[in-house]
Amino acid sequence: MFRGERLVFRDVGFAVPAGGALLLRGPNGAGKSSLLRAVAGLTPLAAGRILWNGEDALDDLPTHAKRIAWLGHLDAVKLALSVGEHVADAAALAAVGLESFRDLPAKLLSAGQKRRLALARVIASKAPLWLLDEPTNGLDARSIAMLGAVFARHMQGGGMIIASTHTPLDLPEAGTLNL
Amino acid sequence: MRRLLGRELRLAWRHASDTAAALLFFVIAATLFPFALGPDAKTLSAIAPGIVWVCALLAALLPLDRLFGADFEDGSLDLLLLSGLSAGGVAAMKTLAHWLTTGLPLLLIAAPLAVMLRMPAEAVPMLLLTLLPGTMLLSLLGTMAGAITLGARRSAVLMPLITLPLMIPVLIFGCAAVTSPHPEAPLLMLAAMLALALPLAPLAGGAALRAAAE
Repeated sequence: MFRGERLVFRDVGFAVPAGGALLLRGPNGAGKSSLLRAVAGLTPLAAGRILWNGEDALDDLPTHAKRIAWLGHLDAVKLALSVGEHVADAAALAAVGLESFRDLPAKLLSAGQKRRLALARVIASKAPLWLLDEPTNGLDARSIAMLGAVFARHMQGGGMIIASTHTPLDLPEAGTLNL
Repeated sequence: MRRLLGRELRLAWRHASDTAAALLFFVIAATLFPFALGPDAKTLSAIAPGIVWVCALLAALLPLDRLFGADFEDGSLDLLLLSGLSAGGVAAMKTLAHWLTTGLPLLLIAAPLAVMLRMPAEAVPMLLLTLLPGTMLLSLLGTMAGAITLGARRSAVLMPLITLPLMIPVLIFGCAAVTSPHPEAPLLMLAAMLALALPLAPLAGGAALRAAAE
């Protein structure tokens, strides 16, 4: 896979079973985010394929997009909208401890709270595959512990998680891919 | 698509000053002409369609650089592309949002402005009839140009440089329909251009969005 003219990585192979998780590790610039973007179909692969149940996932991007809940390194929070307008699902807001901020404009949230709001959007989506780019960025220890429970519940329901991270995540059965 | 459009309109409502700025620019720019040319009704009424058309074009350009720019900077563009709509669908949704928040208000305010410029009242409906496809075409081509210049340095300058030359034929036939005694032919030309841009501009814009998101 290339970003611009630069070869980011090659010869990468992995499989994530239903209910499984994969952690992407590696130094800055190793291609963790690029790999996530490739799995999401946002950045094309120079060579190789991404399979979903044995079929090429990138053939039909709109269908593939519906399988994915995306958390990029930016939070995609609109400052003019309120918390409840970002995520209407009360259970998802409660899972990240934002249920009492429902009517608050997002511009009043701290960086960590914005990250949690972005995570709530992932939780509220019914997509089976979560692609998380540094999900713990800006989160305090309590929120990170809260995430562990959320991840466990998602995987119990057959969901999959691929996350890039530098901090240890509470994903006991996750495989690791070193880039 | 409806959910995304609703969100887009809600955001536009919260940022209502952007729409108001475009409308005020339209009104003020058109008002400058009587000051420069004098209040002679004959001169003004002869050039009124051109003034309204050109000022509406320039005013509609104002909000275009934020149309995708804000989403690009805060990461929302990735979410839009992963919303289950095709990239062309996202561009079409943005086009519709731009027309509803900028094109339509400009169209509504063009009538009193034309009367102020001493345009004969019976010619005003024809002006609005030409501005209807005119503003739609500008939204289509402008959204496409906004997607193409996304992430480029000085995109705010590049974007009008792409859009305005493409709008020249629209301007020619739009103004011709208002002033000509036989407006059917130029009106049909406008409709033909709209029919051409309606599928092509969102497709090109969608491809540009995909390229920008890489």
